Amino acid sequence: MSVKKRKKDLNFFEKIYIVEIAKGMMLTLRNMFRPKFTMEYPEVKFEPPSSYRGRPVLVQEKNNVERCVACGLCSRVCPALAIEVQANETELEKERYPEKFEINMLRCIFCGFCEEVCPEEAIVMSKDYELVFSNRNDAIYGKDKLLVQVEQLSDRLDYLRKFKQ
Amino acid sequence: MPIFIVDGHQVEFKPGQTIIEASRNAGISIPHFCWHPKLSISGNCRICLVEVEKMPKLVIACSTYASEGMVVHTKSEKTIDARNAVMEFILINHPLDCPICDEAGECKLQEYAYSHGKGESRFEEIKNRKEKRVQLGPHIKFDGERCISCSRCIRFSDEIAHANQLTFRNRGDKVTVTTFPGELFDNPYTLNTVDICPVGALTNNDFRFKSRVWEMSSTDSICIGCSRGCNTEMWVRNNEILRLTPRKNDEVNSAWMCDNGRLNTFKFVNAENRIDGTYLRFNGFLKKAELSSAINFTAKKIKEFKSNEIAFIGSAYATCEDNFVLAKFAKSLGVQNIDFPKHIALGDCDDILIMEDKTPNSFGAELVGVKPINNGNSFESIITNIESGKIKALYIIDEDIASISDKYEKNLTKLDLLVVHSSNENKTTALADVVFPSSTYAEKNGTFVNFNGRIQRIKPAVTTEEMDRALDGMNMSRWDKFGTKFDRWMQGRRVDAKSSWNILSMLSLHLNGKMKYDMAEEVFADIASSIEEFKGLDYDMVGSKGINLKIKESIKVK
Repeated sequence: MSVKKRKKDLNFFEKIYIVEIAKGMMLTLRNMFRPKFTMEYPEVKFEPPSSYRGRPVLVQEKNNVERCVACGLCSRVCPALAIEVQANETELEKERYPEKFEINMLRCIFCGFCEEVCPEEAIVMSKDYELVFSNRNDAIYGKDKLLVQVEQLSDRLDYLRKFKQ
Repeated sequence: MPIFIVDGHQVEFKPGQTIIEASRNAGISIPHFCWHPKLSISGNCRICLVEVEKMPKLVIACSTYASEGMVVHTKSEKTIDARNAVMEFILINHPLDCPICDEAGECKLQEYAYSHGKGESRFEEIKNRKEKRVQLGPHIKFDGERCISCSRCIRFSDEIAHANQLTFRNRGDKVTVTTFPGELFDNPYTLNTVDICPVGALTNNDFRFKSRVWEMSSTDSICIGCSRGCNTEMWVRNNEILRLTPRKNDEVNSAWMCDNGRLNTFKFVNAENRIDGTYLRFNGFLKKAELSSAINFTAKKIKEFKSNEIAFIGSAYATCEDNFVLAKFAKSLGVQNIDFPKHIALGDCDDILIMEDKTPNSFGAELVGVKPINNGNSFESIITNIESGKIKALYIIDEDIASISDKYEKNLTKLDLLVVHSSNENKTTALADVVFPSSTYAEKNGTFVNFNGRIQRIKPAVTTEEMDRALDGMNMSRWDKFGTKFDRWMQGRRVDAKSSWNILSMLSLHLNGKMKYDMAEEVFADIASSIEEFKGLDYDMVGSKGINLKIKESIKVK
């Protein structure tokens, strides 16, 4: 059995460790005066960047009409089958609107495919990451919870224009 | 047979066949919009251009006759280039509104744009604006912008429906389909144009925006609107039937079905008034009861009557299996009064599809034995004998006798025992002592025999409480495959109902142990072994398109 050779033999100062310990303490000391990255959640809330994929929401225009035309592509592309859409006819020019739009947040995996496939930029990933529910039914978000005014989503929409093909 | 060559394959053809027809029979498909196998040749879409050797220019495959030794290329560079060019041309004025178009998913233009399109448009001008959401007729909305002017709908209304109601108006890129001024597109076959429209220009008012096509499952079925027995496909989502479409069967309905059959023969399946569970009459009121106790009660009651005091009424809406088991049950009790009411609308017929007999299975019901035995009473005399008090107990399956006339309703009140199998609440169930929930034609296996003696199969498309889509081998959509009981899109209504033959066999088992069936196949095997016309048949032989029974000429004439 051969004795394994070290790549580099330690020198005298390294062998006594004291210098190394002092170095380590210095590092700790330096970091004590650096800015903190941890937050006192929930007193302090994390504001995610615009690339963040929070819960998907529906964009509501200024005249309170949703952009969605209930084409069902988000529902089709959703790998977790979280989205259910029921279309109906409207007198507006867009012809159809979602009579029912439900996202099961227990199924949603926040992949953002729905946003990517949407031809109308009507479903986008918001910055909302606080999802709490205590039973299965509450986890199904209907139009009442999903519709968000367009100005609250301007960050994400600008980001999409800039980076999404 | 003479031979020509398509893409290096030798293809046989009958003289007079066009290139597209002959190639299609050989399994080589050539893109087409305006050509339809059941309609005349129009040749205006130009997507079927193919290269034929020794011809100076490309020719359209739909109106060029195949000839001996012809060499056709459908995948050559020249052909593909031409096809892409035609595609680009058609797409110039076609709106990019697939997301709101009902045809998306079964749209020829969408498919070909995918396989032959450039993926982008070089057309920078503003697209043509035309009329949208035009109510062409009672059942159809027309979108002028989506129309690619293939003229299929016009040719259908001229050649198949013989109605001559549609025409082109204007020319060039302003051309649009319209009815004549002040007229409606309202013949009995209008909705077939929605099926043959290669784009989403014509949409069905009844189905419009109900569902995307890829969300539904489709199951082969038979229309119950009349004794023609048109082959249909039943489209189901969340256990609800959303539409019916015709299925091609040259022996029966070609590729068409009538609007009445398409719109009015499935809504009762998902109606609010479905009978859910068994009902027994207590103190004058129908109350929900256990199936077993209802069977006990019925068996006990039936024993109290003499065989000539009992009558059985079968149904031409029920399957052969139901009627056969009813007839066998009647025979086991020695009852000779058995018949079924005819539903004939005199004069309501044409020489296209619609028949006077408004039931799908009157021939079948008669063949399997639902007809008076020996000196038994026929339907009319059963009713008169109820009035005179000779018949005291009546057993009805899947028929609403009381709604036929007020006199019948009054007569039914005179009965001592009225047992009814019914899928929906109606006037007859309101009078019944026992109501068994029977499943509809959309929820069971079975067979119908049409006016011509052709036996055809129905399959379950909607589940009842006791069924399971996966375990029962029913067709499933993506939602059905991956859904759980916690998903709202799986929580569609499931009715507690059973096939009539199933209820009857349970009753018989309880009463005299003469019959025991667990599956429709077993019933059919029994039919095949005991009824002359059905000899040797099984469900596999009947297949998806049916088979003609060997009917003796003497019966056929009747």
